Amino acid sequence: MGSTALSGRSVIAAGDLGADFWASQGQNLLFAAVAIIAFIAIVALIMFGADLIKGGARDKVQLVVLVAPVLLLLGVGLIYPAVDTTWLSFNEITNEPDPDTGIFTTTMSFVGLDNYRFAFSDPSTLRTILNTFVWMILVPLLSTGFGLAYAVFIDRAKGEKVLKSLVFMPMAISLVGASVIWGNIMYDYNQVGEQTGMLNALRELVGLDPYNFLRDSPWNTFWLIIILVWIQTGFAMVILSAAIKGVPAEMNEAASLDGASAWQRFWRITVPSIRSTIVVVLTTITIMALKVYDIVRTVTQGRDNTDIVANRMYVLSFVEGREALGAALAVILFIFVIPVVVYNVRSLNKVKETH
Amino acid sequence: MSVTMPPQHPVEDPKPTEGKSLTKAAKAKNNLTSPWATAAAIIIAMVWTIPTVALFMTSLIPGDRYRTDAWWTVLADGGLTFDNFNQVLFDSFGDNSTAPPLLEYVFNSIVVTVPSVVFPVVLGLMAAYAFAWIPFRGSNFLFVLIFALQVVPLQLALIPLLRLLGPENLGLAGEFGGVWIAHTIFALPLSVFLLHNFVSHIPREVLEAARVDGASHTQMFFRIIIPLSLPAVASLAIFQFLWVWNDLLVSAVFGSANTYPLTYPISNLAGDYGQYAYLVPPAAFISMIIPLIVFFSLQRYFVRGLLAGSTKG
Repeated sequence: MGSTALSGRSVIAAGDLGADFWASQGQNLLFAAVAIIAFIAIVALIMFGADLIKGGARDKVQLVVLVAPVLLLLGVGLIYPAVDTTWLSFNEITNEPDPDTGIFTTTMSFVGLDNYRFAFSDPSTLRTILNTFVWMILVPLLSTGFGLAYAVFIDRAKGEKVLKSLVFMPMAISLVGASVIWGNIMYDYNQVGEQTGMLNALRELVGLDPYNFLRDSPWNTFWLIIILVWIQTGFAMVILSAAIKGVPAEMNEAASLDGASAWQRFWRITVPSIRSTIVVVLTTITIMALKVYDIVRTVTQGRDNTDIVANRMYVLSFVEGREALGAALAVILFIFVIPVVVYNVRSLNKVKETH
Repeated sequence: MSVTMPPQHPVEDPKPTEGKSLTKAAKAKNNLTSPWATAAAIIIAMVWTIPTVALFMTSLIPGDRYRTDAWWTVLADGGLTFDNFNQVLFDSFGDNSTAPPLLEYVFNSIVVTVPSVVFPVVLGLMAAYAFAWIPFRGSNFLFVLIFALQVVPLQLALIPLLRLLGPENLGLAGEFGGVWIAHTIFALPLSVFLLHNFVSHIPREVLEAARVDGASHTQMFFRIIIPLSLPAVASLAIFQFLWVWNDLLVSAVFGSANTYPLTYPISNLAGDYGQYAYLVPPAAFISMIIPLIVFFSLQRYFVRGLLAGSTKG
C-alpha cells in the first residue's frame, strides 16, 4: 500500500505547476512590493508634509511624526495586550446558554488566583512549569560553557575564522530546522532493524543497546535542551571571543612568566576580565530559553513529560480555547523574566550615567 | 531581547603594531594550547557541523528506504538521489499526496519576511533619531520603557493582539497584512534600541552644523541620519531577516493556510512518522538554504549587530 502511494507521487518538474500557482504567487509578491512602496511613500509624504509647516510648530510636529508610529504601535500592540492578558489571567471565560433566552453567551468573570492555583496544582501543568525552569537553568549554563571553552581553545589558532563560522552557523538555522536535524536524524530510534539515527548507530558501533532518546523521561527533556544549546553556543562563543580579545595580552604574559598554568590563567585572568560579558550572555540566553516553543512543538509536541510553558500556552490559547489559563501561563513566563528586566534597566542607566 | 553590553572590541584579531609584542603574545599562546584543548575544539567543531551534513545526506535517501536504511548505507550502495527535492518542492509536501508543494511556502516565507524587515527598520530609525538627538519631555522614560519591552515574552501579547487584528476589529488576522503588523510590533523595541545606540554616536558637530544652516528634523533625517546609519541598518536588517524567516510562533498565531511560511508545514510533518516522513529532511534543508546564504555572505554585519549590544528572542 505504501509503495503505491509513493509511486503516485511521481516526480514532476517546475513547469508542471499550474498557471494558477504562478498567478497566485505572483500576486502575493506584487502585494508585498506594493505594500513596501506604499509604506515608504506614505512615510516620506508625511515627513515632507510636516516640513512645509512654517514657524515654531514645525519642530514639534516633526518630532511627533518621528516618534508617534513607534509609540502607538507599541502601546496598542504590546503594552495594552500585556495588561489585557494579565487581567484575563484573573478571570474565567464561560460559554453557556443564557437561562432566560437560551442563547449561548460568553461571559468573563473574575476568579482571582484560580487559574494560577490550577497551574501549580494540576500535575501536568506543574510539570510543564518545572521543565521550563530546567530549560531556563541548563540552556544558558551549557551554551555559555561550551561557547567559552571553544572561544578560548581556538583563540588565535590557525583558521580561527573558519572554526568560528562552523559553530556559529546553527544561528542561521531555524529552531524548526534544528529540531528536524536532531529529532528526526540524530535521536532517531528504530525498535527493529538497522538504527538509522546517528547517535544510536554510534551506540551500536561501540556495543551499546539502542536508546529511545525522546521517550525516556526525564532525560528526554535534556536531549531537547541540547538542541537549543547547539544553536545558542555560537552566539555565546562570538560575543565571548570578542571580549577575550579585549583582555590585554600583557596580563597573560606576566602571569605566564610568574609560572601560572593555562588553567590558572583562565580562571584568574580571563574569566574575571570578561565577567560582565559572561553575565550579559547568560541573561540573554536565559530569556531566549524561556520563550522558545518551536523545539518542543516540532519534536515531541509535549509528549512523555517534555512539555514547557511556552508550548502549553500556545496549545491552551489557540488549540484548546482555554485562553484564561493560557494567559496565566504567559504571565508566569513574564514573572520568570522580571529579574532580568530590572537588571537590564539598571545596567542601562549605569551606562547612560557614564556617558 | 537585548541587554546593554560593555564596550566591545572588534571580532577580527587585533593587529599588533610591534613585532616584539607579537612574539610575546604568540609565546603566551603556545603555553595555552595543550593537545587536550585542541582535541576538545575539534570535537566541538565536529558536533556542531556533522548534524547539518547528516540532514543533507538523509534528504537524499529514496522514500522507500527511508525507514529501514541509514544514509551511510545508502551512500555505500550508491542509492542516494535528488528526487526528494523535486518531489517536495514541485509536487506536494504534507501528510497526503494532495498537499501543496513546498515552493508555495517558499514564496510565503519571502512575502512574509521582506516587508517585516522593512517596516520596523524604517519606523525604528525615525524613533531612534528622535530619542538620540531631539530633547523632549519624557524622552528618557519612554526610551527605558522601550528598552525594557525587549524582554517581555511575546506570549504575553498574543491573545489580545490576535483579537485586535481579528475579524471583529481590523480583520487582518490570517492575512499577510496581519502577520507583517505583528512582526513589526515585536521587532520595534530591538530596532529602536539598536539603531539608537548607533545614531547617538554620530558626531554632534555634524548635526549641529546642519542645524545652524536651518535644517529641519525632516531634512536632517534624510540628509544625515539615513546615509550615516546604513551600516547599523544592514546589521539590524540581517538580524530581523533571520528572525522572521525562521519564526514559527508569530506566523502560526497570526497567519493562515494562505500565509504559512516554511517552518509551519515542516514543524507539523516532523512529528508525523508516517509514510511521508522522508519528505521532512529535504524540506528542512530547503528552508535553510536562503538563511545560510545570507548568513555566510553577510556574517560580518551580523556579528557587528550582535556586538552592538543586543540579540533578541
